[in-house]
This record gives sequence, C-alpha cells and structure tokens, in this order.
Amino acid sequence: MKIGVLALQGDVAEHIASLGECGVIASGVRSKQEIESIDALVIPGGESTTIAKLAKAFGVFDLIKSRIASGMPTYGSCAGMILIADQILDGGADQEGFGGIDAQVRRNAFGRQVDSFETDLSFSGIGGAAFRAVFIRAPWVESVGNQVEVLASFNGHPVAIRQGHLLATSFHPELTGDNRIHRFFVDQLCKESSKAGI
Amino acid sequence: MTKENLTQTGTSRVKRGMAEMLKGGVIMDVVNAEQARIAEDAGAVAVMALERVPADIRAQGGVARMSDPEMITEIQKSVSIPVMAKARIGHFVEAQILQSLGVDYIDESEVLTPADYTHHIDKWNFTIPFVCGATNLGEALRRINEGAAMIRSKGEAGTGDVSNATTHMRAISDEIRRLSSMREDELYVAAKELQAPYDLVKEVATTGKLPVVLFTAGGIATPADAAMMMQLGADGVFVGSGIFKSGDPARRAAAIVKSVTFYDDAKVLAEQSKGLGEAMVGINVADIPAPHRLAERGW
Repeated sequence: MKIGVLALQGDVAEHIASLGECGVIASGVRSKQEIESIDALVIPGGESTTIAKLAKAFGVFDLIKSRIASGMPTYGSCAGMILIADQILDGGADQEGFGGIDAQVRRNAFGRQVDSFETDLSFSGIGGAAFRAVFIRAPWVESVGNQVEVLASFNGHPVAIRQGHLLATSFHPELTGDNRIHRFFVDQLCKESSKAGI
Repeated sequence: MTKENLTQTGTSRVKRGMAEMLKGGVIMDVVNAEQARIAEDAGAVAVMALERVPADIRAQGGVARMSDPEMITEIQKSVSIPVMAKARIGHFVEAQILQSLGVDYIDESEVLTPADYTHHIDKWNFTIPFVCGATNLGEALRRINEGAAMIRSKGEAGTGDVSNATTHMRAISDEIRRLSSMREDELYVAAKELQAPYDLVKEVATTGKLPVVLFTAGGIATPADAAMMMQLGADGVFVGSGIFKSGDPARRAAAIVKSVTFYDDAKVLAEQSKGLGEAMVGINVADIPAPHRLAERGW
C-alpha cells in the first residue's frame, strides 16, 4: 500500500509524519507519474484555491479527479475536505474541486483567523477519549447525501464525514500529534479497499 | 468542564497552525482590491494589504504607517484567501485596530517606520497571530519569545536585490545547524550569545528547526529568486514590490507561485522564467546608505 500526500502546497510534512507514526511510509506526490503510482492519497491543509490552480497548471487535476472517482482511498483535511466535496459554497467565482463526496461544504464557514479555535470532539469509530481538533479558517459541511456518514459534528455542523473510500475533516489532526484519525484512514479505508481488490 | 472551557481561540497551536497552512505558498503585497484579485487568480496563498509597496515607501520617504482600514476592508471583501496587514514595530494600538478588522495575520514590519525603538509588541496579548522579520537566529527567537507565530527572514525590502534575503536565510540555517551539533552543556553559553531564551535555544538544538514556520522576504523579483529561497530552506516566500512593479504582474505572479511548488525542478523553473517581460528595475543594496536600510530596523 503506497500512500501519497499531495505536495502542491500546504502542510504536507505534518501529514507524512502522522502517517509515519501509524507505520506507513508516505511521500509527497506532485507529478503525473507519482500520482499514478500511489494506492491512496491524502490532500493536506493549505489554500484550496492555490492547490486547485496548481493541479490544473501542472496537468494533474483530471488525473486526481478520475482516480478519486474510480475508488482510490482519499483523505482530505480542511482544504482537502473542500477539494473532495462535490459542491463548494462561498468559494471563489470559478472555484472547482476534485469532488467525490456527495456533500456541500462551506468554505471559511467558521470565520476568519480570529475565530479559529481548538476544541474536544467525539469522533465515531476511533475509540478512546475525545479528539482535540484544531480548526483554522475552517469549512463546515452544510448538507450531505444519504450515502455519507457523519463521524463528528460541532455546534450542529458536521465536521468529519465519510463516504466509502473517502474521508474528510474540517480540522487538522496532523497538527495535534494524535494520529487516531490517520490510523482510522489507513486501517478502515485503505485496507478495506485493498481487500476488495480496487 | 463546561463546553466554553473546552473551546479556545488564539492558542499557539491555532496561531502557528495557520502559518503551517501557508507553507509552499507565495504571499503577495497588494495595494488595492484589483491587485488582490490578480494575486488570488495567480494562486497566492494570502495577500498583504498595504498602501504603498516597499519600493514606493523607499522612493517617497516619510513616515510609513499602518494602512487605511477602509482599504484593508475593501481587500478583505474582494478575495477569499487570507488577508494580512502590517503594523509598525512596537505599535500595539495599530495591532489592536488590525485585529478588530479581522485581518488573518499581522506583520510587525520593519518596512514601516518603527513606533518604538526599544520594545516590540507583546504578541501573546492578541488572538490574531503575528509574523515578524529576523536577520539571524537570535532575533528570530526573541520574536518567538514575544509571541510571533511565524518568522520571515528580512532581506532588504523594495530593492529587487535578493542578496540580503540570501544572507539572512543562510545565517538562520547556519546558526540552527551549529546549535544541533553542540553538546548540551554548551547551549547555556549559546543562549547567552544569541541573546535568546535558553528554552527556545534548547528546543531548536533538539529539533534542528525553528518552532514556527520560516518564510523569506525582501528583494525577491523572479521565479529563480523564489526557488533559491526554497532550496535554502524557506517554507514559502513573501513577494513585495517584485510583482506589481514588474511589466506583467499577473503572469509573473503565477510563474512565481509555480516555481515555489517546483523549486527543485530546473526544467519547470526554466519554463516559468520564459517571457515574463520586464522585472522590477531594482536598486543594489550596496548603493543604499546604511540609515535607509530597512533590515537593520528591529533588534
């Protein structure tokens, strides 16, 4: 199982380190060949508009989109959540993502940096104590389709969702040193799909 | 514990984390909404809203201050990416005003005229994070000790001459490498020499890096300049006058963004360097009389 972290912009190193703590040697991927060679993808936190523009400029946008659509396990945190949602609200005029999860995600929904926060969340499926979640100019999920499972919510808004091989969080587990969500991705989403022979 | 106690804003993790999200990106100086939109379209991760870019501050002289809040608000309305703004060194009231406007990051900047020649702003008092300039490791750690959540090497702003940025990036990385190779009992004297708190010095010695994100700034004018800073170890770059003082800002901005992502791929850099039109004319730092060098402001 080869996991890549999309390395166009954002906190790539933190995701690689979190996956490393789960016993997975992940690497940054940005070229066509690198993205073709991986079995699973993490889209990091960063600036969603920048990541999408770079993906287009370097001709990997459609490749990522089609790999996600054809079953590659993918996890997106914050900007990554925005990029794998089918619909983006409050995006730039022509903002486009890779899509995949049947959900509407509202960009910067929790406000500007002055409103950024950390809090304890109960996250279904990871066990143990509450998860300390860091939200930075974070999006929230406005609505989900019926195939989407809500794993965590804050103030009535879903902030962690899963649809089959796709996982998305509004917050940044890679900043906290708690790797339970990365482990969940590796154990539940990546291994399941490799068993299914996708 | 009540729910209120569990939810906190303005923590170090939230402030430093915001800078982590900017890594591998370009932050561009803009003076109006139109430039801000050009920057966003080019793929900037954030814009720095200011009334005059450093090259103009240099040319026009006089006291440079915080920008008009109206202009900052206008820029905030026109883009969806983070908006930063500058306060004068030590001017904590300008910082209070910027925080109330909801800017995403405050740059306590030597590009503006300092308001206090002894003290920097006590940045722990704010919910909003700060980025500060540094020319060496000691200066960087002093700023972090005051609460800076991000550091940028200073360079010499508004010149288009990258030599000082190179010097400052090399100085910071060189001092970090030196600390990493020291015996533990040598770190006390190292802290004294760096004029920085021992705990931060020890942390850098152990981890081999700054505890916050390190960008570079000052004199970056071309894709190659930006890529060189990345190869020297920067997490990202600020481009000030270099974009909107050039012949074709939109094209140059996009080329610098791409060059920061592919900073280690000379083929991509060659492609991005083609046909950009005129770069900003620039001034050699050596030709600027010492009292007019901005990098020497801050201590």
